[in-house]
Amino acid sequence: MYKAFIGKQSTKVKNTVERLMVKRFAESIGDPHPIFVDEAYGKKSRYGNNIAPPTFPRVFEFGDIEGLQLPSKGLIHGEETYHYERPLLVGETLTCYSEITDYYEKEGKNGLMGFFILKRFGDDDNGNTIFTEEQVVIITEAVRKAMSV
Amino acid sequence: MSTLVAFQKGESLQSITLDPVSRLDLIKYAGASGDFNPIHTIDEEATKAGLPGIIAHGMWTMGNLAKLFTPYYEEGFIQDYKIRFSGMVFLGDILTLQATVDEVTDTYTVFHVKTVNQHGKEVIKGNVHFAKHQKST
Repeated sequence: MYKAFIGKQSTKVKNTVERLMVKRFAESIGDPHPIFVDEAYGKKSRYGNNIAPPTFPRVFEFGDIEGLQLPSKGLIHGEETYHYERPLLVGETLTCYSEITDYYEKEGKNGLMGFFILKRFGDDDNGNTIFTEEQVVIITEAVRKAMSV
Repeated sequence: MSTLVAFQKGESLQSITLDPVSRLDLIKYAGASGDFNPIHTIDEEATKAGLPGIIAHGMWTMGNLAKLFTPYYEEGFIQDYKIRFSGMVFLGDILTLQATVDEVTDTYTVFHVKTVNQHGKEVIKGNVHFAKHQKST
């Protein structure tokens, strides 16, 4: 039962904002702006460095929550929220982890739907949280039954 | 280029219409993001999952929408970016990115943002809280 996972935190994983990953990512969303990809431009910018696009943490790993098994298929991504204290800088390393902050069920068109609220964090070396990410992930009754949970 | 801080409530940024969504767009995003869920790249897997065809990663669409703000990073940055995924995006869809000012204060501007397809349907929708850099005195 997924409710038991509310409040559970994952292991922590270090992720570096790698220059080439930022370039590939920016290109893949059609946004290869020099603030992301041009080193000289980044140095001259107010950040003194290149930065990463706001949805870049998609490439990060956020650790595993012990015992939690989500289906690899059939999940619906309902909502996504990012919060930043400042943009991420190319070259910096963040300590990332996740937490299940809520789980509830609602009757929908396709039966009983489960809603996960997953929160993710990225902290700097001093333990300051630089960004958070919150996802609402919906798991349908068909998928839940197939997993017998 | 006009500066973003000059925008007033009700005004819109210049919208951007993307080229039709291609399979290569989604293959590139899968590789760049590490999201290899095959419903985004392989026809048979999408069909098996009950979809009419492969669909774009929601996060690809969300990533695209943010580029309306990229030219303005010298003025501020995206502090909050919230999106609700409301429709599927298929190959060949023609998406338009839109942002309209909802609120202006001394320290931030809030935009309603959305991406609509060629039928005028919203596929993602939400808001951007753009924090303005404070001038050092």
